[in-house]
Order: sequence, then structure tokens, then C-alpha cells
Amino acid sequence: MTGLPKEHMEQDGFVLPYGDHQNDGLVQVSFTLPVKDGPLGDEAARQVMRSMALKEPQVVESTPLGEGYTFFVGYGKLTRPVELAKLKVARPLWDKLEPQAIERTIRERLGREIVVVGAATGSDAHTVGLDAILNYKGFAGDHGLEAYSGFKVVNMGSQVPNEALVQRALEVKADAVLVSQVVTQGNVHLSNLTNLVELIEAEGFRDRVVLVAGGPRITHALAIELGYDAGFGPGTKPQDVASYLAQEVSKRKSLYSNRAF
Amino acid sequence: MLRFEVDRRLVEECHRLSSEIVEQVRKETAGFTTVAIERSVARLFGIDGVNSQGVPLPNVVVDHLRAADKLGDGVAVHLANACNALGLTPAETAQRVSEGKLDLSSLGWQGTEANRKTARDLAKAALERIGARRRERESLLEALPVPETPWLYVIVATGNIYEDVIQAKMAASQGADVIAVIRSTGQSLLDYVPYGATTEGYGGTYATQENFRIMREALDEESHRLGRYIRLVNYCSGLCMPEIAAMGAIERLDMMLNDAMYGILFRDINAERTFIDQGFSRMLNAYAGVIINTGEDNYLTTVDAFNSGQSVLASQFINYHFARRAGLRDEAIGLGHAFQIDPAIEDSLSYEIASALLVRALFPRCPVKYMPPTVHKTGDIFFAHALDASFNMVSVLTGQSIHLVGMLTEAVHTPLLQDRYASIRAAKYMRTAAKRLGESLILKEDSVIDARSKGLLLKCADLLRDVRRKGLFQAIEEGVFAGVKRTRSGGKGREGVIRKSEWYQNPIEELIRQELSVEPGKEDSNS
Repeated sequence: MTGLPKEHMEQDGFVLPYGDHQNDGLVQVSFTLPVKDGPLGDEAARQVMRSMALKEPQVVESTPLGEGYTFFVGYGKLTRPVELAKLKVARPLWDKLEPQAIERTIRERLGREIVVVGAATGSDAHTVGLDAILNYKGFAGDHGLEAYSGFKVVNMGSQVPNEALVQRALEVKADAVLVSQVVTQGNVHLSNLTNLVELIEAEGFRDRVVLVAGGPRITHALAIELGYDAGFGPGTKPQDVASYLAQEVSKRKSLYSNRAF
Repeated sequence: MLRFEVDRRLVEECHRLSSEIVEQVRKETAGFTTVAIERSVARLFGIDGVNSQGVPLPNVVVDHLRAADKLGDGVAVHLANACNALGLTPAETAQRVSEGKLDLSSLGWQGTEANRKTARDLAKAALERIGARRRERESLLEALPVPETPWLYVIVATGNIYEDVIQAKMAASQGADVIAVIRSTGQSLLDYVPYGATTEGYGGTYATQENFRIMREALDEESHRLGRYIRLVNYCSGLCMPEIAAMGAIERLDMMLNDAMYGILFRDINAERTFIDQGFSRMLNAYAGVIINTGEDNYLTTVDAFNSGQSVLASQFINYHFARRAGLRDEAIGLGHAFQIDPAIEDSLSYEIASALLVRALFPRCPVKYMPPTVHKTGDIFFAHALDASFNMVSVLTGQSIHLVGMLTEAVHTPLLQDRYASIRAAKYMRTAAKRLGESLILKEDSVIDARSKGLLLKCADLLRDVRRKGLFQAIEEGVFAGVKRTRSGGKGREGVIRKSEWYQNPIEELIRQELSVEPGKEDSNS
């Protein structure tokens, strides 16, 4: 391989896209515009690239996709480098593990199945998110917790009263409780979520379960504030939840831990 | 196309075993109907719309009879009784029930003979309506033929039916032959069918009768413009299999996903409920001239495709025999399978060819449906496009009938306009470029491909023998299919299974059996 040494490539921590030459800043883009194919469409596409801060925008392909829509492939050059030293990277509190690693963590550190009870509580009839996380089919090619041999899943479905969820969690000796909240009219999800924590505390097993909230309006910070151990928002994959539970439950109830539950 | 010669005796044995497996299930479930079947009878009798709380009227009527402990008779005779007693139509009857003005169980009985006759007349009218839609399709297909196979099948999934229409027409103009409107995630678990045109959904668009109508009308317009009939697809899976089949029949849908076991395995729907529902829903599909698509491709998303090819084949045999018992002809049974072997495996392409060839050879008259790679796609859209190109080639080489066009952005999001375009273009290219490739080649005896096909068929026969011994319910409990275990009494919707009373009547089923010459426990023999 020819080329410059790595230190030189990064040039004091400033980087630009590398197309064919060091620092050429070359970027390849493709997009569709709701415009007719033709000179006006091409200029609109170049303008889109200028708005992306791409210099010397070039349209190399424009194809009509149907009446009034055109697909473009284009190239342009970025000139403002990225300064690596100034970037901040948010670090997750747990590691995302591959499915095999999740199974291994549970097997080796816990030595038994993790019992998970999940429900969409209160008046909430939406089970999309909950099912995506728990059911075998999962979501976007990522299988739900049921697909893991390390999880025993009880999916209670929708419109489950908090009391019933607490009851079931006790019955099956749940290691983790997953609550899904989608409906947010009048912030009803907040009082529902808080109420569940209170019930679990009243039953005296708050320290024995990992309590997780999920839904489109849930963030990790919000969940912590409400007294949960973790929160999962939009874009969460089953593997994220599985990774978290494998690590958190194993940490708390590890074969090698002295804490007795 | 390239051909694989199957061991005839082994294939016959597979058919005999599957037929016996299916017959066992039929015997065990014959004494039951379901709330969904009764709701579809209500729908076919013309009951539609929702009450003031948004509950669909078919649910209102069925729940009303259930509360009076009369549902075991079937909804048909009770509606007929009301029609005879009050001179109302079923729709007017439902309206009154929903307003609390009428109690069906307290009406005077108008005589069994008279009621049964009225029920049959109502059923006849419903089937005439469906028959008219079927004939309409037949004449459209004659006027607007689809010239090439495999048919290119693409998906739209915006959540908004009007947005779906724009994308569907665009895809058709680019070369798509079949448009599927993906349902909103979770619809399969609703024990009712949403009502009216919808503009919001999660990962798809609700299947409603009005949405069906809007899309069919738009595609009819596009079909005429293109001179090629564009087929429309929706999903019969879930807790409302027969109702969706009824709606699809009325709105002239052309294909419906209808798998005898998908709901059990992948949606945790009760097994008995599913087997009962699939039977009636498939009869409606058969009468409507709908091509069903089975979902064996899904198995390969939960278990490894290289090691589990035989479970796909065994399930196809079982799905096939369930379908035949519902009156579906071979030409209407689109058995599903998929290109999902890990591309890192040496000779993976040859193994894919082996599976595709074998499915083609086992079901020569069925329009087999070939699903694209998804499991081994990541955000690397360029490699995904290369993988799809291989899939396209195998599909043409082995003579697949329905080709679900793979998307380069499969693992990232629902297709962007340009993704669908790029993928359709690649598939069309291969359909033209490799048109007669298959007929130029002969499969070498004991080559990698030949050996793999033979091996798969042997394993499939073993698996079917095992399922035959255990029974299908037990096999599912043990996780034979897709590695998913479901108990017979577990899962959602079991409370909707109803024991038939001695007066039970489903005149729609009776008439379809009569017209398609399907007897319970027997398969249509003119295959």
C-alpha cells in the first residue's frame, strides 16, 4: 500500500472525507426530489448539495421515478474539516452485546434463565413496542427476548392494571419488569409509571427486580427520575434490552455474588 | 429452466404423510367455530360500519350472541331469524342490536326451515358478489395480461393509504407486477378489523376494507394506463384471518398472505384458533380466486438457513395440504421460501440454487414465492444490493413464480422511493438477461447442488414422518418449526374458539364446499 503515514492522514486531528485523494473531501450522495426530470430538476439537486455544504456539486445521474419525481446521484466536496479533539461521544452505561455473548453472560454469570415480565399498563392498548422487544419475531431482523434461551418471558399484553403486573411479577419471581407506555394524553404515562414503582415498593421487592420503562416518549434520564433502573426510547432493538438485562441482572444476582435474594 | 428430478416415491410419501397430519388436525377441530369466522359471515351478510364507540358492527353482533350463549349456532341463523321476524336486512338488524333496541335471543323463532333457507339465500347473494369480483379480475387479466415471470412483488408501508397509493403507482410504472401493502405492526393481534381509510400506522398501514378499496381502485387505474394488470396483496394472518379474507374477496384483492401456522409460531396466537380460522379463510380465498402466499420464509429468520432447509419443505407440504382441503387449486397456492443462507459459507450460492430448484420441482404447478435475503443484510447497502443480484439470478434460473424484490436498505428502514427503483431495475435486468439461462444448463449428477437437493428431500421426509407420529400440535409444542415452541392451549385468542351446537350452520361454507366440490376430510382430487 502506498500513501501517507497514518499520523499525517489525520493531520493534527482534522479530518475530511477521503474519496480518491487525501483531503479531497469527496462525498457521494443519492436522493429523490419531487420534481420533473430536466435542467430545472438537476439544478434543484445541485442546490440541495450546496445546502449540504458540498462544493462543486455534480449530478452524475438523474432518473425519472414516475410522474413528477426524479432520483439523483451526485458528488460534491466538503471543505470544512472535522476536528476530532472537539467531539464529545456519549457512552452508554452498558455494553451492547451480540446474541451469543448475551446467552453466554447469562449462562456463565447467572447460571439460570432470567425471568422477565412485560406489560403495557393502564389504559394503554399499544403492544407494538412491547411485542417487538419480547416476542420471538422481534423487530427489524433483531429477535425478541423469547428467542434467547437465557430469558423466560411472560408477556401480559396490553391494558394491564399495575396491580396485576405486580402480582404476576411476584408469582413468577421476576428478575426484571418491563413496562411499556405509548399513550401520553395529559401525561397519564407519568402517573402510571410512578404508581407502579410505589406499588412495587409497597410490596417490598423493589430491590429484587430490575425495573425498565419503554416507549416513544421515554428516555433513560426520565426513567431514572421516575425511579426506574433504565429507560428505552425510540429506535431501541430487542438486543439492546437483552444486553442490558443480561448484564444488570447478572451483576446483581451473579453466581459469584454474596448478596442473597 | 434448470431442472431437478425428484425421487417420485419419496415425494408421494411426503404428500401422504402431510395429508394425514392435516386430516388429524381437521378431525380434532371440526366441532368448533371461532368469533372471527362468525364475524366474517356477518360481514358477508352485509354488516359493516362501527357503533358510537368505534366498535365494528360484526363484533357487536357476535359479542351480543355470545353473551346470550347462542354463538354456537352460528351467526347466520340468528340473523336470518331476525330478518324473517322483522323484515329487516342483516345490516339493519346489526344497527338495531348496536343501538340496544333489539335482542336477538328473545325474538320469536321463525322456524328452522325458513331460517335456514333465508340464511342460504343471504349466503348465495354474498357469494354472487364475490363471484362477480372474481370474474371481473379474470376479464381484466385477459385484457391486461402480465407478460413475464417471475412477477415482481414489492411492498409499500407508509402508514398512510394515500401516500401508499402514490408509491404503489410509481412502483408499478417502474415494473412491479404485485403490490403488497404491509400492515401496521401489531394489527395481527387485534381481535377486530379497524374501520375506514387510515393515515397513521406503525411500520405499515392498517388493513381496512376502505383501504383495500382505495388501493385496488388506484391500481386498476394504473393497470389500464400500463396495459398490465397489477395485483394487490394483503395479509390474512392474525386473529382476523377469515374476516380479512372476506374483505379481500369483496374488494378484489388478488393475493393474500395466508399461512396455516405463522400466527401460532410468530405471533403467539392460539394453535386451535389458528387452524380453525385458516380453514375458513382459505375457503373464501379459494372462492374469490385469490392466490395465497405461505410464510415459510419466516422460519429462516429464526433458525439457521443452512441447517434448517428441511423444516421449510416439510411446512410447505403441510401448508399445501391444508390449502387443498380448503378448495384451493395448485395454481392458487403460492408456497413461500427464501434465500437466507449465510453468504460467508463456501458454496452458499449453490445451496440456494439447490433449495430453490427443489421447491420448484416438488410443487410444479404452484406459483412458488421466493423471498429475498434479509438476515445477512446490514447497513452496507452496497453489499446488500450485490446479495440481491445473486438472489435475482437464482430466482430466474430456477423458474420461481412470485419474486419479492429485495431492498438494499432492508436492514435500515422501509424502502425509500429510490431504493424500490434501484431494486426493481436490478430484478428486471436479471429477468431479461438470464431469461433462457436455465434451459441451457443440465444439473450434473451428484454435484454440490444435486447432492444438496437430494439430501434436503430425505431430511424433509424424515421430519414429516416424525410429525406424523407425534401429531402437529405436539410437533409445534416441541419447536419443530422455526425453533419456536407453542402449547396447544396457550397463546392469544383461544377464548374466541366456540363449540358448535347441533344446530350450527355456516351457509357460506356449505355453499363454497358445494360449488368447489370440497368435502370435509377430503382433498379436491383434480390436481
